[in-house]
Amino acid sequence: MLGGRRFSPAASLALAAPFLLLLLVVFILPLATLLHESLFVPSPGLGNYAHALEEPVYLRVMLRTLRIAFLVTLLALVLAWPLAWVMSRSRGLGLALLGAAVLLPLWTSVLVRTYAWMVLLQRNGVINQMLARLGLIEQPVRLLYTEGAVVLAMAHVLLPFMVLPLYSALKGIPEDYPRAAQMLGASPWATFREVVWPLCLPGVTSGCLMVFLLALGFFVTPALIGGPQQMMIATLVSQQVRELLDWPFAGALVGILLAFVLALVLLFRRAVRLDRFVGQA
Amino acid sequence: MRKLDADRNAGSISIEGLTRRFGAVHAVDGVSLDIRAGEFLALLGPSGSGKTTILMSIAGFEYPDEGRILLGGEDITWLPPNRRNLGMVFQRYTLFPHMSVLENIAFPLKMRGLGRAEREERARAALRTVRLDQLGERRPAQLSGGQQQRVAIARAIVYRPRVLLMDEPLSALDKNLREEMQIEIKHLQREIGITVVFVTHDQTEALTMADRVAVLDHGRLQQLGAPRELYEAPQTEFVAGFIGETNFWSGSAAAAAAPGEAVGVRLEGSGVMPALAVSRVAAGDRVRLALRPERLRILPGAAEGVPALVTEAIYAGNATTLMLEAAGGQVLRLRIPAGAGLPEAVAGEAVTLGWQAADARAFGVAP
Ligand SMILES: Nc1ncnc2c1ncn2[C@@H]1O[C@H](COP(=O)(O)OP(=O)(O)O)[C@@H](O)[C@H]1O
Ligand SMILES: [Mg+2]
Repeated sequence: MLGGRRFSPAASLALAAPFLLLLLVVFILPLATLLHESLFVPSPGLGNYAHALEEPVYLRVMLRTLRIAFLVTLLALVLAWPLAWVMSRSRGLGLALLGAAVLLPLWTSVLVRTYAWMVLLQRNGVINQMLARLGLIEQPVRLLYTEGAVVLAMAHVLLPFMVLPLYSALKGIPEDYPRAAQMLGASPWATFREVVWPLCLPGVTSGCLMVFLLALGFFVTPALIGGPQQMMIATLVSQQVRELLDWPFAGALVGILLAFVLALVLLFRRAVRLDRFVGQA
Repeated sequence: MRKLDADRNAGSISIEGLTRRFGAVHAVDGVSLDIRAGEFLALLGPSGSGKTTILMSIAGFEYPDEGRILLGGEDITWLPPNRRNLGMVFQRYTLFPHMSVLENIAFPLKMRGLGRAEREERARAALRTVRLDQLGERRPAQLSGGQQQRVAIARAIVYRPRVLLMDEPLSALDKNLREEMQIEIKHLQREIGITVVFVTHDQTEALTMADRVAVLDHGRLQQLGAPRELYEAPQTEFVAGFIGETNFWSGSAAAAAAPGEAVGVRLEGSGVMPALAVSRVAAGDRVRLALRPERLRILPGAAEGVPALVTEAIYAGNATTLMLEAAGGQVLRLRIPAGAGLPEAVAGEAVTLGWQAADARAFGVAP
C-alpha cells in the first residue's frame, strides 16, 4: 500500500467509489429495471419466465447455448493446455514471444477477430480456395454458418482466458515434481496423469469456468459466424429487444442466464480466484 | 557363477569421459569415475563445479556431449529416466503434495503395476525403516523438513533400486537435524547395501558420510579418494585448499625432486624448510607449500625453524588458534589442541615454528 499502511474502510470506499458508481449506473440499475419489468409487465408473476421455458424454440436456443459453451470450453482447454505448459517451462525471449502471441489477440477487437474468421471460412474464402487448389474438393464446402465454425471461432476468441490461469497454475509446479515422478518409474504419460494434471486442476477449473461463463453470454461471434440455426441466447435477447421490442421477455431470458451463471459461480466459488488471472498462483 | 557376479556388480556405475557443455561453459569436462557396488560416494565441490550435472546425467535428465555411463556394465547413457530403475532424493519439493505420505511411497510400486494390497504393505514397511510408522495418512505439508526427507528416502528405496542418487538432500535442514540425518542415511545405506551417490558442497558432510569422495572444480575431477586420503594427501592445490583449513606459503624448490620425495623449499622471506614434493619439481621451480594449522608446531628455545610473531591468540575451549606473522609478512594460523600439553603462546610473543617434512606438501606452480 502507499505509505505502507492498510487502507481504512472509509479510504477503501472512497478509492473504489468512482468504479462502484459507474457499476451502479450502467450495470446494476439497467439490469434491475429489466428484471423488474420481466416480473411485472404485462402482469405481475412468472409468466415471462414460463413462456421462455415452455416454448420449444426458446428452450432449444438455451440448450444449444449450453452445448456450444461446453464445446468451446473443451476445445479451448485442449488448445490452451500444451501452450500454457510450454510457456510455463520457457524463459526470456521465448516466453515474451509466446506471451505476446496469447495477449495480442486480447488487445484487438473481438469484431476484427471474428471478421478474420469469416474471411477464412466463407464460400470463396481462404480455406475453401486452398482445399480446391489442392484438389480435395470440387465445390466450395459450407464452413461459415455451421456450429463447428461458431465453436472454433469462439474458442479462439476466448483462448487467452484459458491460457492465463493454466499458465499460472503450471508455473507453480516445480520442475522437481515431474522429475521425481520419472525417477520413480512413471512414463511421460503417467507423469502427466498422476502428477502434473492433478496439480494444475485449480487452474483448469478457473480457466474452464471463465471461458464457459463468457461463452454463455457471447454475442458478436455467434451472431456473425453462426446462422439462424446456431442462434445463442445473447442473439435471442437482442432480437427480442431490437426487432420485437419485447423488453419484459428479454428480461426473463437475461434473468434465466443470470441465475444459471450465479449458480455456477457459487458452485465453483473456491475456483474463481482473481489472483490466478494476475499471476499469483 | 556368472549370475552371482552380475548381481554383485548390478549397483556399480562407470562414468567414462563425461563432458557436458552449456554454450561456452564446460559444466562437466572429461570426468571418468568408477563407483563400486554398495559404495557411498560423495561428489564434493563448490557451487557451479558440475556436481548436479553429473548426477542428472546418471539419472537421465541430462544427456552428455561426450562419454558414456554404465550401470552394472550396461550402457544407460541414452536410456530415459523412468527406465533406469534408480532411486533419487532431491534437495526439496520431493513429495507430491496432492498425495498422502503412504500414497507417495506407494507411487513407484503403482508405476510398476503392483496390486493395491502389496503396495500398501511394502509402503508401510518402508515407512518403518525410516521410523515414521505413525505418519502414513498425513499430507507432506503436515510434516517437518526432516520428516519429509525421510519419507522421500523411503519412497526412493521402496522398489529396491541398486543405486540411490541424492542431490544436497540435507541442505535445507538446520544444523542439528542435518547431522542426525547424516548418520541415519549412512546407517540405512549399510543396512540395505545400496550404492549411494551423494552430492554436497559441504566438505564435513562428504568426509563423515562417504567411503570415497570425488572432488570437483570447474567440471574437472580433482581427486578421488577416501576421506583420510583427501585430507592427508591432497593431490592438487585446489583440494588442499578446499578440504580442511590450510596455510599456503609460496617459495622455490632448493633441489630437484620426484613426486613423493622430500625436498627443501626456500620460503619467501625465510630460510629453507623441509617439505614433500607432490609433483615433480626442478631446482629453482616455484612451489606453493600447504601447511595444516594443527600440524604446525612451536619449537622450544633455540631450535632451528621459522621465526614468527604471535599477533593474536584465540581460545576456543577444545583448542587455541594462534594468528602468526612470519618474516616477509606471511600470515599463518596455528592450532594447539587443548590438553595435549603442547607449549602455548600469548599475543606479542616471538616464537619459532617448525613442522615435519611429510606435513608440508609442495605443489609445483605453473610458470
Ligand atoms: N541448464 C543449464 N543451462 C546453462 N548452464 C547450466 C545449466 N545447468 C548447469 N549449468 C552451468 O553448468 C555449471 C555446473 O552447474 P551444476 O552442475 O549445477 O553445478 P553444481 O551442482 O556443482 O553447483 C554452472 O556453471 C552452471 O551455471
Ligand atoms: Mg547443484
